[in-house]
Amino acid sequence: MRTRIAYIASNTFREAVRDRVLYNLIAFALLLSGAAILVGQISIEIEKLVVINLGLTAVSLFGVVIAIFIGIGLVSKEIEKRTLYTVLSRPVRRWEFIVGKFFGLAGTLVVNTFFMAIGVFAALFYVSHKFVRADALILVALYFIVLEFLIICSLALLFSSFSSPLLSAVFAFSLFVIGSFAEDLRNFAGMAHGVSRWLATGAAYLVPNFSAFNVITSIAHEQPVAGQLVLQNTLYALFYATMALSGAVLIFEHRDLK
Amino acid sequence: MKRRQTTSIVASTCLVLSLAASSFVLHRTDQLRPQATLDEVLFLGSPKVIKRASLGYDGLMACIYWTRAVQYFGYRHSRFAASYNLLAPLLEITTHLDPHLVVAYEFGSSFLAPKPPHGAGQPERAIELMNYGIQNNPADWKLYYDLGFVYYMELNDYKNAAETFERGSRIPNAHPFLKILAAQMAQHAGEYETARMLWSATYQTTQDKQIKKNAVEHLRALRVDEDVVHLQQAVTRFGERTGRLPASMPELMTAEGFAGLPADPDGHPYKLTPEGRVEVRVPDDFPFATRGLPPGYTPQPKFHSDQP
Repeated sequence: MRTRIAYIASNTFREAVRDRVLYNLIAFALLLSGAAILVGQISIEIEKLVVINLGLTAVSLFGVVIAIFIGIGLVSKEIEKRTLYTVLSRPVRRWEFIVGKFFGLAGTLVVNTFFMAIGVFAALFYVSHKFVRADALILVALYFIVLEFLIICSLALLFSSFSSPLLSAVFAFSLFVIGSFAEDLRNFAGMAHGVSRWLATGAAYLVPNFSAFNVITSIAHEQPVAGQLVLQNTLYALFYATMALSGAVLIFEHRDLK
Repeated sequence: MKRRQTTSIVASTCLVLSLAASSFVLHRTDQLRPQATLDEVLFLGSPKVIKRASLGYDGLMACIYWTRAVQYFGYRHSRFAASYNLLAPLLEITTHLDPHLVVAYEFGSSFLAPKPPHGAGQPERAIELMNYGIQNNPADWKLYYDLGFVYYMELNDYKNAAETFERGSRIPNAHPFLKILAAQMAQHAGEYETARMLWSATYQTTQDKQIKKNAVEHLRALRVDEDVVHLQQAVTRFGERTGRLPASMPELMTAEGFAGLPADPDGHPYKLTPEGRVEVRVPDDFPFATRGLPPGYTPQPKFHSDQP
């Protein structure tokens, strides 16, 4: 079982590389090196802040776009190309296919993030000429970004398991935006009364909460991140991704592929 | 193969020519509409809306708005603008997006507070900005220093300046000069001496070259102001004693027993006008001086070396 999942995951990774997904690294490198050189000339005393903010924001946004646009096609493309039937005619179970796809996409994003992280640290070294201890906090922000990707990958797969690529992209992107406002939704629930309160509270817990994963600004100011937050974000991402993946498996298991 | 090559060459030529032509036309269009710039436009004015729209990437947005504020100020300052309408809103957005962006408070207040053309002439907005900064960064003593600076330099409000410096001096690791400044403000002691201390402290505590240069210019101007006051007093004394104005600076020097010809920080001797006014030889070299300038002179910003 493990071998089959690993096989599907590695194929998904190879397919993403073949699709030139990692080309985004070139754009990222240009963006970051351009910012590192230019900002010092057009602004005042924020070179390091810009490198951290821009670098981590770009890692996050590039990853989200990759997760959504690759994730939404993972199932539907296989159906469209009819390659899914070849896979499922072998001793591969449907849930293994979904889980394999998830790990393949997550792996692609981790590799992508790894190279981008190297870029961020290189740009940081270029503007500061040295590393300080607080720079290690960037690794925490990167870890949170990867956790965010896990959730988005699972959501993209969930939508891909029952919807068209276009609608899946709309759903996944909408959830990403709503998830960024999750705390507002929770505050709104706190202010509402009666049925609205229940509905708003339900919605606030159902949509992913991405705001807790965004520590870029505080890390740019060298503010430490609580260990408890790292633990809880890890657990939240794992539970949420498992939930969405389970939904995808459930739908895909019962989907009529004829 | 040859046909394909020809097509490639034609297409490449068309691409380059069209790009050049469209850029040229756009440039001409911009010249036709000189007002059509983003300079005076703030499409979204509400910091809250911008914070929401940034989808959590508010740190990067703050950097972008801060850069925009710097560019806005720099552009208008270089053209001796009389108004800086967007400066305060841009700084407000920047600091609401990232309340810990201390540099925006420090520089922002020095952009907002001074009178045009050196700044926006909005000391009250600078005070609002600094108070917001202190509220969000209460452990940063430099913000108290900057706020006290605005109270003293722009508003001559000794009471609030003394109180602000005193509050700042209570912050752990605060620079000891805050205590001295608080005491001097409380006694309204020696205006030039206090101003010199403030600018010297600014020079010593900043890493930024522009701020250092600005402090140097103010220190140079302070010396000119002080010299001119003393020399003008000497002229008055001479007049009271002799019933006429001194004919030249050497005559005044001899009568007052000066050791040598008094000179400005650049070594140029001060000149005495037939009307008995003491003036600097090159007013453009002292853009922040308030005395010793020819009547009706408008200062032109000009910076010297960053050494005081």
